[in-house]
Amino acid sequence: MGIKMPESSSPREPSSPARDDDVSLPDAPVESPSRPNSSNQPGVTLEDLFDDNDQDLEEEILASDAANLPSSPPQTAPSSSEEAIPTTHQEAYSDPNLMLQFYSRLFPFRSLFQWLNHSPKPGPDFANREFALTLPNDAYLRYQSYPTADTLRKDILRHNPSRFEIGPVYTTNPRDRKTLKKSSMFRPLSKEIVFDIDLTDYDDIRTCLVDIALREDFGFEHIIWIYSGRRGVHAWISDKEARELDDDKRKAITGYFEVLKGGVQGGKRVNLKRPLHPHIVRSLDILRPYFQQVLADQEPFKSQAGQDRLLQLLPDKALNEALAKKWASSPDRPSSRKWADIDAMAETGVSKTLNTKALLEAKQDILLEYTYPRLDVEVGKKRIHLLKSPFVVHPGTGRVCVPITAAGDMQRAEAFDPLSVPKVTELLREVDQFGSGEDGENKANGFVEDGVTMRKLSDWEKTSLKPYVELFDAHVKTLLKSEMIRVKRERDDDGVTGSDAMEF
Amino acid sequence: MMRTDTRFDAKRKKVDYKKTQFATATFKEQDYPYRLSFYDVPPTQEISLEEFETWAIDRLRILAEIEACSFRNKSPQETAAHLEPLLKKYLPLSSNSAAAGGIIDQRLRNERRKDHYSHFILRLAFSGTEDLRRRFSRVETMLFKLRFQADDSRERRAFVESLNLHWELVQEEEKRELGEQLLSATPGLRRLEDENWFKVEWTRVPELVEHRTVFVRKGKAYVPMREQTSMVLTEFANRLEKGLELTARALPRLDEDDRLTPILNHLSKNFATPDAGYSESDSALAGAPISAANIDNLSQHFPLCMKHLHSTLRKNNHLKHYGRLQYTLFLKGIGLTLEDCLLFWRQSFKLITDDQFNKEYRYNVRHAYGDVGGDVNRRGRGYAPYSCQKILTEHPPGSGEAHGCPYRHFSVDNLTSMLQATGVHDREVLRGVKEDVEKKRFHIACNRVFDWAHKAEIKKVKDEGTWGPAELETIVHPNTYFKRSYLLRNLGNLPKQDVKMEE
Repeated sequence: MGIKMPESSSPREPSSPARDDDVSLPDAPVESPSRPNSSNQPGVTLEDLFDDNDQDLEEEILASDAANLPSSPPQTAPSSSEEAIPTTHQEAYSDPNLMLQFYSRLFPFRSLFQWLNHSPKPGPDFANREFALTLPNDAYLRYQSYPTADTLRKDILRHNPSRFEIGPVYTTNPRDRKTLKKSSMFRPLSKEIVFDIDLTDYDDIRTCLVDIALREDFGFEHIIWIYSGRRGVHAWISDKEARELDDDKRKAITGYFEVLKGGVQGGKRVNLKRPLHPHIVRSLDILRPYFQQVLADQEPFKSQAGQDRLLQLLPDKALNEALAKKWASSPDRPSSRKWADIDAMAETGVSKTLNTKALLEAKQDILLEYTYPRLDVEVGKKRIHLLKSPFVVHPGTGRVCVPITAAGDMQRAEAFDPLSVPKVTELLREVDQFGSGEDGENKANGFVEDGVTMRKLSDWEKTSLKPYVELFDAHVKTLLKSEMIRVKRERDDDGVTGSDAMEF
Repeated sequence: MMRTDTRFDAKRKKVDYKKTQFATATFKEQDYPYRLSFYDVPPTQEISLEEFETWAIDRLRILAEIEACSFRNKSPQETAAHLEPLLKKYLPLSSNSAAAGGIIDQRLRNERRKDHYSHFILRLAFSGTEDLRRRFSRVETMLFKLRFQADDSRERRAFVESLNLHWELVQEEEKRELGEQLLSATPGLRRLEDENWFKVEWTRVPELVEHRTVFVRKGKAYVPMREQTSMVLTEFANRLEKGLELTARALPRLDEDDRLTPILNHLSKNFATPDAGYSESDSALAGAPISAANIDNLSQHFPLCMKHLHSTLRKNNHLKHYGRLQYTLFLKGIGLTLEDCLLFWRQSFKLITDDQFNKEYRYNVRHAYGDVGGDVNRRGRGYAPYSCQKILTEHPPGSGEAHGCPYRHFSVDNLTSMLQATGVHDREVLRGVKEDVEKKRFHIACNRVFDWAHKAEIKKVKDEGTWGPAELETIVHPNTYFKRSYLLRNLGNLPKQDVKMEE
């Protein structure tokens, strides 16, 4: 990995003032970007990569805009946009120098390549794939493409984007799109199916729900869940059948999962027809135990407004009046009690017109409204959609967008804690400190046994990123294996290649 | 339909229908086992040029009627009833049971051959542009649906089986195992025994999956038999669309000797959209007092779009360009002469000088009437008054503009206010209008208002039998609205005339 960086590379620039906000930071941890010089790993030429850090440069970086808020790409590329982060953290996570080191030493390009290429040998699935880079000055570069992992890496290091997104595989190389005779010859061919689920607070239940449905109902296998850096998760489905689905089918899958309709204002958002579809029945079963937790954590019905909303969603007028009366006398009654009150009050027979079935159904709808995962429906509908790549750094939190789980391992999802996701600054520190600790002679050498030979450790293996990359690699391995089996089978089956005779 | 081969291919790899479509053309007598067809295999026999043209025209007649019925929002039953005599005349297609002994005789074979060939000829004619392809595919699917639903159920089932669509019937054991889920996913079904399901790749029924109306497991959708029709139709439409695209790509390379091209061009030109069939005789009202002075009074008969233009004109003493155009053409359509029209605009634009009017507005009115300039072909007639379709789809109004269709271009609240201002108070009607607008059936909303406003008169002509159903068909043109409104309100006054509206 002996890449020599040109002197004039962009990392010299301080963080762009174009980003919104804020403030400088006397208390910024004086955690300087890792100094390659202090690392005592023999034989590693990485130090050559970086010129000695100027004192000036360091101060400049520390004094510059902190808490660079993630901005949506200026173009209307339909990527998921992150919300603004309260600027309490003063660490400059999107500090270009940090990012550069991250890309240079830690980002698993080869893994990403194989995941998108579906084969160890470079092919069109990668070469004709669109990448979109958000540059440090907020410029948005679309239609970038690369033949190999190495070229991708070189370009990322050159541009040092704060983030980059992955798009579809096109019919031809995106860079050549303007040279084509007919514009209709350039169109998306395939792409992983993606879901973007917003979690108001992280929990694995909803991941589990969607994962189960995708595997059991649709028969998809190669599903990996990626933490989106702050408050959401992305699911990426790499099954070949999934990748080749056209927009109509993607819309169908998205619709299948859509339960909440309508905006935040207004009436009932969940209006399901009865009898409930098996997917909904299953979902209710999964979510029901979780509802109590939501009531306790979020207290949705405690306030007057919340209570009014609850009553608005219940069908029986007399019951509602009785409940309102009861709650008027106990203003801070917790949501869980109010929820229990509904059935209790119903049983007293206060309403002669009560339709128990309607009440039950209304309660089911309410439960779903508060627990069912919220999908960003636009994300999954079209192939051309661009979505943030795994392993990029979230500029607001500094955390790496690591995989949460794959292969339907829901226990792992359960164990996931967003607060334990490594931050880029920590990781770089870990690389530097590797081997300087007391433990492990092997570690100090930076070599590890790999079968017969000794292999030099990659930097990410020295950090907390290791388990995440290993998870990703395992997923990719399974994916590649199944792809190769399929290719072999198709070759056997298909005696004759279809001729494209056009004569009618 | 040469499908006998594929039936025995079940064990071998599945045959790509696309390949069969482009298989080397062999000149053999086609065997048509069923009246229905997916038109997978193109015709290969020779026919005369006259047959080529007549068969195509006959089919075109049918397709044009179907499109007109759809635009007029006729129900499937109404459409079928309307089409029945026409189909019998131009494109008969009898079922096997209609023939003696159920044997396919020459008569049946001829019918099916004509159907087969005419379909493919029209494919050639209508694959050229995306618009034509879309419309062709749509009406052909409607025709297929009509025929499918009218088919004898035994033959229909045999036909569907022959299609080899890889629909696997769910066996009893699996049905029992999945019983509860199958029932939940099939609304309206009480007992498992009452229905059968078949398994298909979920990608074959994306809409059913999207709306969660089928049970899905391991990538297979469990579709109840009752959905079979919609699936067959979807399959038909998909294959046709694919076929049309392939045809479109092949068109430039056709080995043609100039006998067919003129016929094909002529065919595609005749596939006119329903609105284009407007002719002047349709709106003429002999003896009616259509003059500049009377427009205010006559505006009571205007549809809402023109009422709005008129009231805006009166309010502002001005109208912007598109509003003037839409209104002028309408006025021409109701029978206002060019002279009177110029007078009308001059008087309405009362805040400007003669000079200004002559310089900026006069020419355009004359142009609209065809009195000057423009296309030589239109000289003398000018542009046709805009149909509802045109008004709905072209040039949505911007700020300060009053043209367009209020049912579409106004917000619901503003629309309601406007209706109330023009005298529509009935709550049912207003609610109905709201629903129509929500469903984007704007001209239906307008018709609803018309029917309510002329309730008494309509009842009268119906009871007395003086007006037939053709005269009370859905209004799709503002001038039709005017004419009908005027006639209904002046039933005793006008000299007896032929009120048949031919469009």
